[in-house]
Amino acid sequence: MNRSRRFEILDGRDINRETFVEPWAEAGLIVADSPHDPQPSLRIEGGRVVKMDGRRREEFDSIDTFIADHALDLDAAAEAMATSSLEIARMLADISVPRARVLRLAAGCTPAMLVKIVSHMSVLEMMNGLAKMRVRRTPANQAHVTNKREHPALLAADAAEAARRGFAEVETTVGVARFAPFNALAILVGTQTGRGGVLTQCSVEESLGLRLAMKGLTTYAETLSVYGTERAFVDGDDTPWSKAFLASAYASRGVKVRFTSGTGSEALMGHAEGCSMLYLEARCLLVTRGAGSQGVQNGSISCIALPEALPGGVRVVLAENLLASMLGLEVASGNDALASHSAIRKSAKLMLQFIPGTDLIFSGYSAIPKGDNLFGGGNFDAEDFDDYSVLQRDMQIDGGTRSIAEEEALEIRERAARAIQAVYEELGLPPISDEEVAAAVVAHASADMPARDVVADLAAADSFMAGEETVLAAVAALQRRGFSETAANILELGRQRVAGDYLQPSAIFDRDFKVQSGVNDPNDYTGPGTGYRVGGARWEEIQNIRQQKSPRDFIAAQLGEPSGKLVELGPARAGTQTEVILAVGPAFGRALTKTIGELEHEEVLAAILTGVAEEGLTARILRVSHSSDCAEIGHVGAQLSGSGISVGLQSRGTTVIHKRGLARLSNLELFPQSPSLTLETYRAIGRNAARYAKGERPTPVPVQVDNWARLRLIVKTALLHRRETEEVRDLPPFELAFDWEPDV
Amino acid sequence: MGRSSAALLRPYGYWRYMEHRESRYPLIEHAAETLRAASGRPLSEVTLETLEAGELEIADTQISAEALRAQAEVARAAGYPQLAENLGRAAELTAVPNAEVLRMYDMLRPGRASHAELLALADALEREHAALACAALVREAAEVYARRGLARREPS
Repeated sequence: MNRSRRFEILDGRDINRETFVEPWAEAGLIVADSPHDPQPSLRIEGGRVVKMDGRRREEFDSIDTFIADHALDLDAAAEAMATSSLEIARMLADISVPRARVLRLAAGCTPAMLVKIVSHMSVLEMMNGLAKMRVRRTPANQAHVTNKREHPALLAADAAEAARRGFAEVETTVGVARFAPFNALAILVGTQTGRGGVLTQCSVEESLGLRLAMKGLTTYAETLSVYGTERAFVDGDDTPWSKAFLASAYASRGVKVRFTSGTGSEALMGHAEGCSMLYLEARCLLVTRGAGSQGVQNGSISCIALPEALPGGVRVVLAENLLASMLGLEVASGNDALASHSAIRKSAKLMLQFIPGTDLIFSGYSAIPKGDNLFGGGNFDAEDFDDYSVLQRDMQIDGGTRSIAEEEALEIRERAARAIQAVYEELGLPPISDEEVAAAVVAHASADMPARDVVADLAAADSFMAGEETVLAAVAALQRRGFSETAANILELGRQRVAGDYLQPSAIFDRDFKVQSGVNDPNDYTGPGTGYRVGGARWEEIQNIRQQKSPRDFIAAQLGEPSGKLVELGPARAGTQTEVILAVGPAFGRALTKTIGELEHEEVLAAILTGVAEEGLTARILRVSHSSDCAEIGHVGAQLSGSGISVGLQSRGTTVIHKRGLARLSNLELFPQSPSLTLETYRAIGRNAARYAKGERPTPVPVQVDNWARLRLIVKTALLHRRETEEVRDLPPFELAFDWEPDV
Repeated sequence: MGRSSAALLRPYGYWRYMEHRESRYPLIEHAAETLRAASGRPLSEVTLETLEAGELEIADTQISAEALRAQAEVARAAGYPQLAENLGRAAELTAVPNAEVLRMYDMLRPGRASHAELLALADALEREHAALACAALVREAAEVYARRGLARREPS
C-alpha cells in the first residue's frame, strides 16, 4: 500500500500513542450498559430489603448486603423506585428542581437505578446536574506535592507555593514508605507557611496512615479504596465492614475521610464479573455512603486510561462524579492521573469537571513536574500552571487556584524551606544546609536539588516514628526560631481537630481559616443568579494573571519623537508625470514613529523611495488625514498620482499598491501581514509600484506568512489602529517633503 | 445498624438543626467554650503560650468523644445519616488505644478472623469500651463473612 503523507503525519500525532479498543462485556471492558448489568428493582418487607436489582437477599453478596442495610434510605426508596428513571434524570437537568429534592430521591435508589438515571443524560445535562448537586457551594482544588528525592526542603517549598496558588488540600506520598513522617511534616510546614488552613495528607498504607494522623502530621485521608465486586474487594484486602471500621478509626483521630473508587479498577483486577464499569462504580459509591465516608475521590483516578480506551469512557467518568454528588458525597473528581498524551484530549476531558465545578476539581493537580510525581504524574502539572490560570480567566470559572508572581513564589518558597530547616535543626534531624535551602527556592524539579544522605534521613525517620515526638515538637521549634505564623497555623489545625468541624461533608478551610463545608456553605444552585458565582475580589484575582498588562502603555515602542525630516508643504495636487504617490496615514511619522514590526517610519519611507528610484522614477509623498483605512489611503493616493499608481502606508506598516480606476477595496498588491514586512520588502514594494507606473507587469512581491502574528499582535494592532484613528481630521491630503537622498 | 433510626430522626433533627443552625456550626465558633480535647483540656487553653510553657501534649489537640457526638448530631441534622453513624462509631473508638484500633481493623479484613473470633471482638468492644455501635457493625460482619466465606475457617 502507498503511504499517504497525511496519514503518516496523523499517525505521528500524540493522540495516536493511545489505545482504542472495542467494548468486550465479558472482560468488563465496557463503560455502561453491559448485558450482564441488572435491571433496577427493590422489594422491602418488614423494614428490610428482601430483593434488590433482581437478586433475592439469600443471593446477596457482601456488597449487596452492605448496600441494602447501610446505604439505602428505605423511607425514600418506595418513592424513588416508583419514579421513572427518566423523570429523575430530568430533575437533575432541570434548574428549577432544587438539590435537596434530588438528594432525597437518590438516597432511595439502588445501584442499577442510579445507573439507569444517568443513562438518559448527555454530557451537557450531566454537567448541569453536577453544578447543582455538588455538595459545597464553593468549588476548590487539591494538589499533589511529592518529589523523587523525597527532599524535605523541596517538599516544603513546593507545598508552600501550592498553598499560595490557592489549593485547599495538598496530598503527598512516598517512594520509600519509611520517609512518610518526614514527607508529611515537610508538606505540613510548607502549606502552613504558604496559607494557614490547607488540609494535608500522606498517602501510605492504612496503619502507617493512622499513626501519622495520631502524631498530628495529617488532617485527611483519601486513599481508602472500595470496589464494586466482592472478589475485587477481597483482592484489595478489605470488605465494606473493614472499610467502615477504618473510616471510624480515622474519624476517631480527627481525620477527614474520603474513600476512593473509580471506573475500571475491577476490570483491571480481573474481577468485573461481566458488569459495566459504571454499574460497579454505583455499587462502590453506595458502599462509600453506607460506610459513612463524607466523600469520595472518583472519576476513574489511576485507571483513567482504561475507560478512555473505550467508547463513551469520558462521559461515564463524568457520570460517576455526578452519581457521587447525587448521593451527597463530596467529590474529588479525578484528573489526577495522566489522561492523555494529547494536550487537546487531556484539556477537553478536564472541562467536564472544570466547567460545572466540583468540590475538588482535581484529586491531585500535580503542583510539581511529572517526573517528580510519585503518584505517577498528573493530568495537569506544574508546567501547566499558567495554562490553567488562563482557562479560569477565559471562562470566568473558579478552578480553585490563582496565578502568582515569580517574586511571591520565591519569597514563600524561601520562608518554607527556612522553616523546615529550622525544624530539622531544632529536632536534631539530619541538617538541611543553606545550600539546599537556596536550591529549593529556585528549583523546578528534584534534579535541581543537591543529594541528601538517604540512609541518615531514613534512620532519623524510623526513630521519629518509634519515639514520642509529635507535631507539637515542630510547632515549638518553629515558635522558638521565629516562624510564629507557621507555628500558629499548625497549632490552629490542632485546635480545629479538637472541634472536628472539618469532618463534615466537603469541608475545607477558607483563606481566613474558617471552615467551609456542605453544612455552612451548602450548594444552593437553582439556575442563573443562584449558587456560586465568580465575582468581586475573586474575579479580580482570576483576571489578574501574572502576564496581564495594562493596554495603555502597550504601544510605547511605537511612540517616539516626531520625524524632523517630514515637512508639510501644502494641499496635494494631482500629478501629471510618470510617478508613484506614496500616501501615508494620519499618524505617520508624528503620533506614531515605528511600524508594528518596530521599523522606523523614516527608514520605511527611505526603503520604498529607494525601490522607486531603482526603477528610475520618483515618488511624491502625501499624508491622508481624513481616514486611517489602508485601502482609502492608497485609493486617495492613486487618484492624485500622475501614473495612477500609489503605495498606501498605514502607520502600523500595513501597505497596499493601488491603482486609479480600481474600486477602493480592490488593489494590485496588498501586504496585510505588517509584522512580517522588512525594509527589503518595502524596497521591493517601491520597485513594483514603479514598474506598474511604467506599465509593466511585475511578479508580486513575495511575503512571509506568519500564522501566529495575528494571535500575538492583535491587541497591539488594534491599539495602533486606534491611535492612528485618533489623528483623523476632516482635511484634504497634504503633500510632504522628506529630507532624504536616494542611495542608488 | 441504625439506618432506620437515622431516617426516623431526620425530620425532627433537621428542623431542630435549621432552627439552631447559626448557633451550632461551626462548633469552634459557636460552642468554643464547651469544647474540650481528648485529654479533657478546654480548647481555650490550647494556645502557643501553653505550648511554650511546655504544657501541651498531643492529646490536647485530639478530638474527644463528646465533640464527635456533637458533630454526629450536626451531620444527622444536615441530612447525612450515614456520616452521623460513622462519627458515632468514631466517638466510641476514641477510648480504644491506637494499637488496639489497628488490631481490630486488621481482624475485620477478609480471611483474618473466624466467625467466633469476630463475635468475641464484638463482645470485647461492647464490654471493655462500651462501643455498642462498633460491636453491632462487627457482629453484622461476622454473620456476612460466615455466609460469604470471608471469615477464617476454624481449624477442623
